[in-house]
Amino acid sequence: MPSLKDLRNRIASVKATQKITKAMQMVAAAKLRRAQEAAEAARPYSERMGAVLANITQAIGGGGEAPALMTGTGKDDVHLLVVCTAERGLCGGFNSQIARFARDHIRKLLANGKKVKIICVGKKGFDILRRDYAELIIERVDLREVKTLGFVNADAIAKKVIQLFNEGGFDICTLFYSQFKSVISQVPTTQQIIPAGVASAAAETTDGGNAVYEYEPEPGEILSDLIPRNISVQVFRALLENAAGEMGAKMSAMDNATRNAGDMINKLSITYNRQRQAQITKELIEIISGAEAL
Amino acid sequence: MAEAFKFELVSPERLLVSEQVESVVIPGAEGEMTVMAHHAPVMTTIKPGVVTVKTAAGNEERYVVFGGFADIVPAGCTLLAESAVAVGDIDRADLARRIQEAREDAADAKDDQTRTKAEQFLSQLTTLESAILPA
Repeated sequence: MPSLKDLRNRIASVKATQKITKAMQMVAAAKLRRAQEAAEAARPYSERMGAVLANITQAIGGGGEAPALMTGTGKDDVHLLVVCTAERGLCGGFNSQIARFARDHIRKLLANGKKVKIICVGKKGFDILRRDYAELIIERVDLREVKTLGFVNADAIAKKVIQLFNEGGFDICTLFYSQFKSVISQVPTTQQIIPAGVASAAAETTDGGNAVYEYEPEPGEILSDLIPRNISVQVFRALLENAAGEMGAKMSAMDNATRNAGDMINKLSITYNRQRQAQITKELIEIISGAEAL
Repeated sequence: MAEAFKFELVSPERLLVSEQVESVVIPGAEGEMTVMAHHAPVMTTIKPGVVTVKTAAGNEERYVVFGGFADIVPAGCTLLAESAVAVGDIDRADLARRIQEAREDAADAKDDQTRTKAEQFLSQLTTLESAILPA
């Protein structure tokens, strides 16, 4: 049985922990709002980009003009996986969820005799995947220093991917990230970015989609300019979604931790009070029985 | 007064402008062009340069864009810029950094085609710099 002093110390330490988790929760909440705003602000661009892309693909009609980034190499032997996770832990199952998702995928690909290459964005995913697939990781992007996620960060990643593609390093590139559904739910998602599958259905919804466009310069040229940019945009969107998801996960994880600390404090206080009462009673009994003996 | 149309300037980070305007001057890849209402549908890439927007209220706003493309339909014009800032907010250091990078790219180019492209980009950037920064 711990002594009263031990219990007091214990309660004090749990209280300190609770204060920290509470603060982290509030920080995460503030950051979540900002991340959500950023994700929202980026939406118009990617939407318009999708519309324009669908439009222009329609104009070209999937002919031989389409650049390789769009049509692919025609093989699917070598897969490149870009796994985006957070830089920091303490956000519940967020990172391991993405990593597990990616690992299942890798296992499946390897079982089918494909070659797999991995680019890790974020430290946590790298740490987890390193255990099993260290030899497959070809690159690791560190965003730890980055305070606010900018388009340049995504652009840098996309450029690396495209360069690798041009060198014939892989056939299919898939993006792994967590889709931000709500504060308590983030869904790990895959998205194939090379070859870029442009949804032809989107073309019908764009206004003026059937108008005859003039292109300046040639459609093929615009497209070859557009596709790399579109990849950057996809990566950027994934990173933003991830950032929002991370903060959401962190917030709920910290909320849980705060609540658990509260429960623990309650339990400890009860034990403490009980023990103090027991001690008082014991002392009283000693005094009274002492007095009676006289 | 000329008829107004909808103009949107979007960068990956945010929507910069979305309003009714009278005319927009776009630095197209094949030359500057002024877009007014009922313009024929055109899709063009843009080079680094200054976009001049004349709003329906009569104000003139200028933005610096670094590449991107424009989607013009009779009902409006959408400009997707890789990055865009109002001329007043331009960061000289950032511009200098971009020029430096472009210079390195031009120097690193392996074949003629990429070198021409890089040099073109560099000259566009330097033109832009001299255009917006008072000497």
